[in-house]
Amino acid sequence: MATKASRSAARLMLAPAVILLLGWMLVPLTMTLIFSFQRYLPMRGGFLDWVGFENYVRFVTSSAFWPAVQATLIIVGGVLLITVILGILLAVLLDQPMWGQGIVRILVIAPFFVMPTVSGLVWKNMFMDPNNGLLSHLWRFFGADPIIWLSDASMASIILIVSWQWLPFATLILLTAIQSLDSEQIEAAEMDGASALSRFWHIVLPHLARAITIVILIQTIFLLAIFAEIFVTTQGSFGTRTLTYLIYQRVLESQNVGLGSAGGIYAVILANIFALFLMRIVGKNLDR
Amino acid sequence: MGRIVLDKVTKSFGDVTVIPPLDLTIEDGEFTVFVGPSGCGKSTLLRLIAGLEDVSSGAILIDGQDATSIPPAKRGLAMVFQSYALYPHMTVRKNIAFPLRMAGMDKAEQNRRVEQAADVLNLTAYLDRRPGQLSGGQRQRVAIGRAIVREPSAFLFDEPLSNLDAALRVGMRLEISEMHNRLQTTMIYVTHDQVEAMTMADKIVVLHAGHIEQVGSPLDLYRAPKNLFVAGFIGSPKMNLIEGDEARKHDAHTIGIRPEHLSVSSSEGTWSGVVGVAEHLGSDTFFHVHDTGLAETITVRVDGEISFKHGDRIYLTPRNDVMHRFDKAGDRLP
Repeated sequence: MATKASRSAARLMLAPAVILLLGWMLVPLTMTLIFSFQRYLPMRGGFLDWVGFENYVRFVTSSAFWPAVQATLIIVGGVLLITVILGILLAVLLDQPMWGQGIVRILVIAPFFVMPTVSGLVWKNMFMDPNNGLLSHLWRFFGADPIIWLSDASMASIILIVSWQWLPFATLILLTAIQSLDSEQIEAAEMDGASALSRFWHIVLPHLARAITIVILIQTIFLLAIFAEIFVTTQGSFGTRTLTYLIYQRVLESQNVGLGSAGGIYAVILANIFALFLMRIVGKNLDR
Repeated sequence: MGRIVLDKVTKSFGDVTVIPPLDLTIEDGEFTVFVGPSGCGKSTLLRLIAGLEDVSSGAILIDGQDATSIPPAKRGLAMVFQSYALYPHMTVRKNIAFPLRMAGMDKAEQNRRVEQAADVLNLTAYLDRRPGQLSGGQRQRVAIGRAIVREPSAFLFDEPLSNLDAALRVGMRLEISEMHNRLQTTMIYVTHDQVEAMTMADKIVVLHAGHIEQVGSPLDLYRAPKNLFVAGFIGSPKMNLIEGDEARKHDAHTIGIRPEHLSVSSSEGTWSGVVGVAEHLGSDTFFHVHDTGLAETITVRVDGEISFKHGDRIYLTPRNDVMHRFDKAGDRLP
């Protein structure tokens, strides 16, 4: 885009996409903002009054707020930890030449194609059901009392389900990153006397740093908004009520759109703090 | 010490034999160059010596000790790769210190050796940079630095200059030769460039399809190539190879005459032809002569002051004392 003419042509061509994207974001965001300053109860009289910041104050002072933030952070952190660590190990494993590599790779990626709702239901009914689930059969086979997963270990269950869904994504990104590692570097390290473990630690892992930050960034954005897995399993009970789920409950179950919208704005702020923080890390990693 | 002996070494990948049984001895302190066209197995041979590939059969002895099943790091060899294989996330200092760190050497000694290597290689000013901030020649020197700090019994170079531009290549060639003279360590150097081989080597090993065609000093190979392959490969521009009646006059199937062993005249000579392209190098001029009835083109190397124009008829006279004769199988006749 060197000339003036091509620059303005480019601007013209980009305009529809930019306008569409802006509208897509700005309209809902503005509406949420407007609702958040109203007392708006659709089934109980609709719009009642402008209330200023009352919804915001009520949302954070409610006893459900801090536990919800905590639950969100635990789920995001837990899933990130599991997917990144297992993802690296799986990627290293899948990078080795082996028989049936193509099929194994497709199988590893498969969970990513299952819809969240479906995977939540599959885990709930086929694996974690206290009577007929595979896991309870396994427990009974070894003579143990089956765990009632979704109520006794509710947080761990949700983390397990979501991790299962996101592991393929992490593995895929990390695998492509590993494959881009120059084999001469590994050979040079081998000549330099590095053991397999120190080759991994000093060569492979630093090479993956960039891919790992990208996995963390993308996953965090999506994990802050997980909903379906909770909706079809615990319904937010047993301490699994995340911020997203709390907002849903305020808007749809309590029919308090104003209060829910205020929560929505908090969620937007939280997500942006995360994004800003992560972008700075990624930026640092992309610099070199 | 670094005497390397290959004893009936073979290498095959599945059904494909890359190296048929091969014997070779590299004496301590020798600068040996493996040279050959691409795909001749020279890099594979180097990787076998390094231990990065396992031999299919045969044995590799380093200083009399069977090293065939010793892992690469324990062989006491250091390698410089074609891509340099520097660790991009480490500074130059850490790159050079890496083998020492892996050996568990103490910090002070590590630093001393790194500083010393950096001093020798003019890298002192760059110790805290990352490889990405260095030029090609500097990266090359870091790779060499990483090799010399280990004080190996032999250096292995895998086409180390092929990523550099022509001017730098000449400079690095000198630096590596200089380093060999100073360290007196065994060096094995792989290249496809016969100029590098001729200028650097104590001993050249010419490889072709995994076979050793000839082993000898650069001048041995130049003066007495054992067969047609070596004759055509060593020397630049290439030796003129002539078959047919002219060769029969000398009781040979093929005769070879180097471009610099032909004298040129505008009036008389043994052979005659028409001047095609002339390449003026200043000091020398190469004429590509056509329509001689001997071969498609005959290349002649003459003094830079002699000039003929495209299309001129010239006469060529070979020096019979330096003519090479080959039999039907391509082997040298005495």
